[in-house]
Amino acid sequence: MITYEWLYILAGSFFALWAVLSLLDRSNGKRLGNAAFWGLLAASFLLGSHLSDFANGLLVLAMVGIAGVGGLGRSDPETTTVAQRVDFSKLIGNRLFLPALIVPVTAVAGTLLYNYTPLFETGLFEERRETLILFGIGVVFALVAAMIWLKPPLLAPAEEGRRLLDSIGWAAILPQMLAALGAVFALAGVGDVIGGVAGTLIPENNILIGVIVFCLGMAIFTMIMGNAFAAFPVMAAAIGIPLLVEDYGGDPAVIGAVGMLAGFCGTLMTPMAANFNIVPAALLELKDQNGVIRQQIGTAIPLWFCNVAIIYIGAFLLWS
Amino acid sequence: MTDYLVLAGILIVVVGFALRFNPLLVVVVAAIVTGLFGGLDFVAVIEALGKAFNDNRYISVTWIILPVIGLLERYGLQHRARAVIESVRGATMGKLLVIYLLFRQVTAAIGMKDVGGHPQAVRPLVAPMAEAAAEKSHGDLPEDEREKVKAMSAATDNVGLFFGEDIFFAIASILLIQGVFESAGYPLTPLQLSVWAIPTAICAFFIHGSRILAFDRRLGLEKRRWPR
Repeated sequence: MITYEWLYILAGSFFALWAVLSLLDRSNGKRLGNAAFWGLLAASFLLGSHLSDFANGLLVLAMVGIAGVGGLGRSDPETTTVAQRVDFSKLIGNRLFLPALIVPVTAVAGTLLYNYTPLFETGLFEERRETLILFGIGVVFALVAAMIWLKPPLLAPAEEGRRLLDSIGWAAILPQMLAALGAVFALAGVGDVIGGVAGTLIPENNILIGVIVFCLGMAIFTMIMGNAFAAFPVMAAAIGIPLLVEDYGGDPAVIGAVGMLAGFCGTLMTPMAANFNIVPAALLELKDQNGVIRQQIGTAIPLWFCNVAIIYIGAFLLWS
Repeated sequence: MTDYLVLAGILIVVVGFALRFNPLLVVVVAAIVTGLFGGLDFVAVIEALGKAFNDNRYISVTWIILPVIGLLERYGLQHRARAVIESVRGATMGKLLVIYLLFRQVTAAIGMKDVGGHPQAVRPLVAPMAEAAAEKSHGDLPEDEREKVKAMSAATDNVGLFFGEDIFFAIASILLIQGVFESAGYPLTPLQLSVWAIPTAICAFFIHGSRILAFDRRLGLEKRRWPR
């Protein structure tokens, strides 16, 4: 049976290769920090299942320590020039999009094929894990296809991947850390405490008000923190799971997915989300640094109401 | 009363992010404080954090797509995307931005969220094209209207990305949702979550699309009142 462990070995090998390439990259003044950070992440993927919880915890603290003191630098691996890229893109045309399509097609078609044919009986994939495993397989297919078709130097995919990874930097593990925070919240009983408080504040069994409070919390926390990812474990632990899922019996998939999107409406309205709202205003040389936000409010507010309605209908009316 | 102390972690996240401390540091401090107030000793907190991080490794698996995207960029993926956008030259500003909104949503939904973006596409391409198209239909624009056209171009990029990307299942936000719910005892699959991004994506297209077209119309109606 193919499990997540296979995927972790694949991803761990990628991170290990990136760590080695970082170490060898003398053009990056912080190459040791990059190598240590990606090396530790590789260790987590390759060995995490065999290490003790405490050792994994120390691994996390070490990674966070490196990132916290600004130990990661941005690398600049060799790549093609703009002029070469323009020439290639003219030569290749829109077929260039095709290798990227291999990944979602493999994952989605593979999932459907696996779940709705007798293939399911074979138990080839770990239960509920098939889509992400097929995503990994799709990535391998796409890489092989692109290598055969485009014939780049052997190390090119690794170096191009490192270029992109280093532009993301430590933020690459932020979603995973936030999910871990959600787990610690659950363990410490955060949801029980807030569920108790919210239960006294929200009129009993008023589902609509519960949904509105959840979506409002997602949007407001996102606006304060500038980040819907950070707001999510907080609001899920506070209201989404204890109140909407457990007390009111709503569909967790809708509440989770659309709750996040209610947070994205908040992202459209806050200067705290600088990359999306303030940086483009500067790039476009707008006189009003909030000019982009002003154009987004008119979309964000009605869309937020849509999200409330989608949760109310999808997670409750259609679900029960 | 001591129960309420476990909420300190929430406060730390909110204040820490708002004050722009390193987010990884904020999250770890919040987790440790929450665990300690929740009655765990220090070693148990580190163990809980280590286990939780380890259990959620699948979220960071998504980065294995970077070599594919990077390789295609090496051969001009972004220039190809530009050519697609440029092919609608000649359209009105409204039509151009609505097409860009759709392009951004669809490409993000199939996992190519880097073919657009502010430095790559909006500044060099979408904003200047929108400005030129608006001037072609409505004549010279006053400065503040010109600013609004540029701002609307950037807004369209954001809306298209935010409400397209979650349809792609192998993306951090979807897997974060999965991780948080799984830790709380509700196992979900990525596809189960990502299909529920579709209704909002459709609403976003119609709401933002109609606002773009209304903006273009308003420019047409108001142009008589502008000083020549």
